[in-house]
Amino acid sequence: MTAAAAPHDAGLHAGHDDRPWLRRYVFSTDHKTIGIQFLFLSLTFLLLGGLMAMVIRWQLGFPGTPVPGGSVLPDAMAPGGVIRPSFYNALVTMHGTFMIFFAVMPLLTGVFANYLIPLKIGAPDMAFPRLNMWSFWLMIPAGTLALAGFFVEGGSAASGWTAYAPLSNSPLYTGVSAGQILWCLAIIIFGASSLLGSVNYIATVVNLRAPGMTWMRLPLSVWALFITAILALLAVPILAGAIIMLLFDQVLGTHFYLPTGGGQPLLWQHLFWFFGHPEVYILILPAMGIVSDVIANGSRKPIFGYTSMVFAIGGIAGLGFMVWGHHMFVSGMNPTLGTSFMASTMLIAVPTSIKVFNWLGTMWRGNIHFHVPMLNAIGFLSMFVIGGLSGIFMAATPVDMYIHDTYFIVAHIHYVLFGGSLFAAFAGIYYWFPKMFGREMHDGLGRWHFGLTFVFYNLTFFPMHLLGLGGHMRRLYDPTQYPFLAPMQPINVFVSVSAFLLMAAQLPFVVNFFWSLFRGPKAPLNPWRDNSLEWTVPSPPPHGNFVETPTVYRGPYEYSVPGELEDFLPQDRPAPARQEAH
Amino acid sequence: MAHAVQPAAPPAEEGIGVYTQKLGMWVFLASEVMFFTALIGTYIILRWGSAESWPVPQDILNIPLTAFNTFVLICSSVSMVKAYAAATHDDQKGLRLWLVLTVLAGATFVGVQLLEYRHLIHEGLLPSGIRDGSALAARLVDSGKLSATAAGLFGSAFFTMTGFHGFHVTCGVICMTFVTIKAFRGGYSGGRFHGVEVIGLYWHFVDLVWIILFTIVYLI
Repeated sequence: MTAAAAPHDAGLHAGHDDRPWLRRYVFSTDHKTIGIQFLFLSLTFLLLGGLMAMVIRWQLGFPGTPVPGGSVLPDAMAPGGVIRPSFYNALVTMHGTFMIFFAVMPLLTGVFANYLIPLKIGAPDMAFPRLNMWSFWLMIPAGTLALAGFFVEGGSAASGWTAYAPLSNSPLYTGVSAGQILWCLAIIIFGASSLLGSVNYIATVVNLRAPGMTWMRLPLSVWALFITAILALLAVPILAGAIIMLLFDQVLGTHFYLPTGGGQPLLWQHLFWFFGHPEVYILILPAMGIVSDVIANGSRKPIFGYTSMVFAIGGIAGLGFMVWGHHMFVSGMNPTLGTSFMASTMLIAVPTSIKVFNWLGTMWRGNIHFHVPMLNAIGFLSMFVIGGLSGIFMAATPVDMYIHDTYFIVAHIHYVLFGGSLFAAFAGIYYWFPKMFGREMHDGLGRWHFGLTFVFYNLTFFPMHLLGLGGHMRRLYDPTQYPFLAPMQPINVFVSVSAFLLMAAQLPFVVNFFWSLFRGPKAPLNPWRDNSLEWTVPSPPPHGNFVETPTVYRGPYEYSVPGELEDFLPQDRPAPARQEAH
Repeated sequence: MAHAVQPAAPPAEEGIGVYTQKLGMWVFLASEVMFFTALIGTYIILRWGSAESWPVPQDILNIPLTAFNTFVLICSSVSMVKAYAAATHDDQKGLRLWLVLTVLAGATFVGVQLLEYRHLIHEGLLPSGIRDGSALAARLVDSGKLSATAAGLFGSAFFTMTGFHGFHVTCGVICMTFVTIKAFRGGYSGGRFHGVEVIGLYWHFVDLVWIILFTIVYLI
């Protein structure tokens, strides 16, 4: 029934590959190559965003002292290595922008949706491979424009990643004009890239599943990526529309968000958070999917409550569109409206808890293998619970009034985005690295990376809760200028030192990644003894993935089936004889 | 979307009974709905949340001209349907005729809109509001009929909404031209007409958006 799996690579067969070099590695339409391109791109931006965080932490821990090595920065940013307030604002803005739009989002959807969806559903490629290639290559100008802001007059965008109007739409407040315009263009192009990706993921999952791969046999990672794609499809255009109007306010003289021209700054907040809250789930749902796969594998047990997991993902996504107002409790909204946003936000705790308990139920009495992906998945689980619980504080309007725009919020977002999404991304990278590159990563280095990251991550972000409750504002340039914050400066120093060590703890990962890429031992077909379809093809899989379209007989979580010789049962293995007996 | 090719399909689990390009277009249109929702929602908030009284559309806009343009666009949707019907019956002559008419109607719409913009800018309506010393300023602002603030919001919303719609029609005309060229080369013969159907979906969507925009911007 389905026409056109791979529109232009007619006659796509696994193992038959005569594409020229440029089409194979650069302008490739192969979903696996695109996924790997996204991996390098997002890890580069992750590093950039991390370096920005280091400079921010230096300024907060040791305000007014020169950043080590900061003398290479131009005087407009840091004269003599001392960070200017304007540069600090730009750093805070671009740290958020890079991490959210150019590091974590492409890391979770760009890498894993591209790499895993066709392999896991038994398809030769994406539904629209050429659009998929565009989705990656649009990220290059988007990222370049965002970076270019640092090199234009007035510096980069400095109104926060949330770009609240009127701070963002007039150079009066931040002194930034060209940088903000570049930021707008970058995010608009990013939106186009995201749109192409989403259309592809949705069409692929709906129409290109292999025979027998029914909806309820999809791995939870595919479910999560599919629902994430729907969220991105519906939320990102709202951001695009909002940013286009912000851009017009700057270049065409319109008055959408300009109060002096009758416009409404609050309108920006509504539009932004109508995108921004689903965006939060765009950043966490794929992580939940990856972790579901890894935890079932590491526990050697079927995932607990598969169906409820699927509905929980859907429930989180649906509720995600009804809660944006909880970001705006202090904007002067009608208290009745605030209360309804509070109630809808608290409702999200229900599907989220279902997922958490299901993961625990999966591990309960499992034959747990603490391999590196599993360690990271458990790291995700524990940190996400802390991040989720601190989220309930903010959902409660009266509490939020007090902690709004403090470091409590910074702690929360990092517990879910770093402790949640990034640990899951690391789990995913460790788990699928052998499939992607055909080589295994070093186990010992992986354990060191996880252990050190886990410790220093907590030492960095947990004290931020305390800072926040003490009234430490987010995006604050110099905490020592307020006497009431002075007693907490030692905490700031502690956090900064922990952050530097957290950065250093990524070194084992970088070494491991590149060493394994070239020198790692050859990976077998199925190193984790996993049931999903990608483990039935060679590592790395050939162009076109499957020599013959696989047939699927069961769900992906049949671990430790009683009566089986092995503790796993691949999805494409025909039913065992003992089941055919009756 | 204009270059739908149908190579041998891999055997697959039954999807939702829609071929992939059509599904992709539906999914893309869902995203477009959200994009226009952002613009239309903004218009509603600005207009009905504004402290100043909103301009009466016919004081500024040429309603009969745009009504004619709306008629042209709706006709182009009819011709699109006729083109699709011709394609399903493998009526090559009819397909080419109706596609050409659709392209012409779309181009006419964009042309008339550009003329309208030129006239409005000449009269004094800009995205930033009503230009000081222009004919419109003399007629509306200076006489106290309309505040400069409301005029600014009107200009912002008017040009952004109709401009993005015009941009969509322009993209549609370009894609439709490729489809038409392919039709003249016999690319849609023998029951292969996915490209016509997919571009048709987009065309009807853009038409539908215009009916909403025409109603809320020009009529009420």
